[in-house]
Amino acid sequence: MDTQTLIQLLGEGTVQTLIMTLVGTLVSYIIGLPVGVSLIVTGPNGIRPMPAYNKVMGFLVNVIRSMPFLILMIAFMPYIRMVIGTGIGTWATTSALILAAWPFVARMVEQSLLEVDPGVIEAAQAMGASNMQIIRKVLLLEARPSLLNGAAVATITILGYSAMAGTLGGGGLGDIAIRYGHYRFQPTIMWITIIVLVILVQIMQEIGIKLAAKMDNRIN
Amino acid sequence: MAEHIIRLQGVTKEFDTKGGKVVALKDINLDIERGDSYGIIGLSGAGKSTLVRTINLLEQPTEGKVIFNGSTLTGLGNKDLNLHRRRISMIFQQFNLLMQRDAIGNILFPLEIAGVPKAEALEKAQELLKVVDLEDRAHSYPSQLSGGQKQRIAIARALASDPEVILCDEATSALDPKTTRSILALLRKINEERGITLVVITHEMDVIKQLCNKVAVIEYGEIVERGEVSEIFKKPKTKAARKLFFPDGQSHEKPLTKTSTRNRVRLVFDEATAGEPIIANMIMEVGAPVNFLYANLDVLGGSQKGQMVICLAADRQTAEKQKEYLTAKGVEFIEIDEDETFGEEAEK
Repeated sequence: MDTQTLIQLLGEGTVQTLIMTLVGTLVSYIIGLPVGVSLIVTGPNGIRPMPAYNKVMGFLVNVIRSMPFLILMIAFMPYIRMVIGTGIGTWATTSALILAAWPFVARMVEQSLLEVDPGVIEAAQAMGASNMQIIRKVLLLEARPSLLNGAAVATITILGYSAMAGTLGGGGLGDIAIRYGHYRFQPTIMWITIIVLVILVQIMQEIGIKLAAKMDNRIN
Repeated sequence: MAEHIIRLQGVTKEFDTKGGKVVALKDINLDIERGDSYGIIGLSGAGKSTLVRTINLLEQPTEGKVIFNGSTLTGLGNKDLNLHRRRISMIFQQFNLLMQRDAIGNILFPLEIAGVPKAEALEKAQELLKVVDLEDRAHSYPSQLSGGQKQRIAIARALASDPEVILCDEATSALDPKTTRSILALLRKINEERGITLVVITHEMDVIKQLCNKVAVIEYGEIVERGEVSEIFKKPKTKAARKLFFPDGQSHEKPLTKTSTRNRVRLVFDEATAGEPIIANMIMEVGAPVNFLYANLDVLGGSQKGQMVICLAADRQTAEKQKEYLTAKGVEFIEIDEDETFGEEAEK
C-alpha cells in the first residue's frame, strides 16, 4: 500500500472513530446524565427518596454494566439491525456504544454528584429551593469539575469500545487495525493505528483535565 | 404581649436506626416571640440540631405541630413550605457556601431561587456586602476567604431574602474566639436594628451570654429549663442549667480547691449590688471569714454580671447568719450541692 492510500485510510478511520466516540458519548450523556442524577435524587439520602425506582434503575444499570462490551454488541446486533437496518458500520457501532455506555455514564455522574457537600444541599433546601432548582443550581454546578473529569474518562472508555467494535466490522481505527494489521499481516499499520489511538486518548485526557481545572473555583 | 413568631407544639422526633428507635426530641413545646434572640443550649447529642431543623422542617417531626407566623407548617406541600422557608433563613457551623460561586454569587443565590429580577438582586447583594463589611471581596471564592469571612457571606446570604427569622446552627463553633466575638456582634446588631428574630443553637454558654435574651436548656431531647437569660443566670434550677451557668472549664482555670465542698454558695452581682463591698461588710458584721473559690465578671446581653463562689463558715449557725446577711442585702445566691462540681470537671 502506498503512503497516499495509507494516509487516506487512516484519515477516514480516525474521522469514523471520532464520530462514533463523540456521538456515542454525547447520546450516552443525554441518557446517562438524567439517570445518574435520578439515582442520587431518589437514593436513601437524596432530596426525594424513591426506593422502588432507585432499586430498579440501579439494578438495570448494573445488569448492563456487567456485560462485556463485545458480548453485549453481539447479543444486541439483531435488534440493532432491525431498528437501523444494518448490523455493521459506523452507525451500528455507535448504537451499540450508546447501549453499553449510558449505564457507565450514569454511574460516573452518580459518583461525581456524591461529592457535593450535603450541607450545601441542606442550605438550599432551607432557602426554599425546589428540587429542580437544587439539581440545576447546586448539584450540577457544584459537581462541575468532577463531572468534566468523568466525561473525559467516559469519552476515552467509549473510544476503547469503538476500537473493539472494529473486530465485528464496526468501522474506524479498530477496524483498520484488525483488517490490515491482523488479517493481512501488516504490523506497521497495526502500530500506526495504535499510535493514533494513543494520541487521541492523550488529547481527550488533556482537554478534560484542563477544562475541569479551569472550571473549578475551589483552587486558585 | 409580643406575638409568637414560632411555636412548637408537642414536637416529637423519632429516628429509626439499626439499633431500634431513637427518640431525639420528646414532646417539645416552645414559643418564640418576634424580636427574641432565643438561645437553645445543650451538650452534643442533646437534640438541639434536630430541634432547630424541625422549625424549617428540614426534619419532619414524627408528631406535633410547627407554627410560623400563625400558619401551620407541618403538613404543608413542598410548594407552600418553600414559600415559608424563604422567610426563615439559616446559617451553619460549616457555612455551607456554594464553592463554585463567588461571594456575591452566593448572596444572589436565594434571590435567584425567589425569582427576584437580576438588576434588583445585584443591587441588594452589593448592599448586603456592605452590611457584612466585605465590599472588597465580592468576587472572591469561598476557598479564598477565611472562616469568619465565609460566615459573614453566609449571613449576608441569609439576609438576602428579607427573613423574619434566622436560625443559627452552631454558627461560631468553627471560629476562633476573636472572630466569634465579631460574628456575635454582627448577629446582635442584626437582631437589634432589623428586628429579625434569632434562634441560636449552641453548646457554648458564652454565645448565649453575648447574644441571647432568652434561653432554653435541652437535655436528652427535652427542654428542662427556659426563661430570660438573666433570670436563669441568677437562679438556675435544674442540674443541667447549673452545669452550664456555673463557672466552667471554658476559662481553663482549675478550681482553687477541691477540699471544701460544704457550705458553698454561688452569688450573682449586678449593677445594683456591685457598688457596695458586700462580702467585706458581711465578714465584719458576722465576724467570721469566708473562703473565695471563684470569681469572674460576665457580660450578659450588654450588662455586666459578676458571679462568685464562696465557702461560708463551717458551723451552721454562723453560715445561717451569713446567708441572712446576703438576703438582706438583696444579693442573689444559691447553695451548691456537695456533689456538684465546677471547674474543669463540669465540662463532662
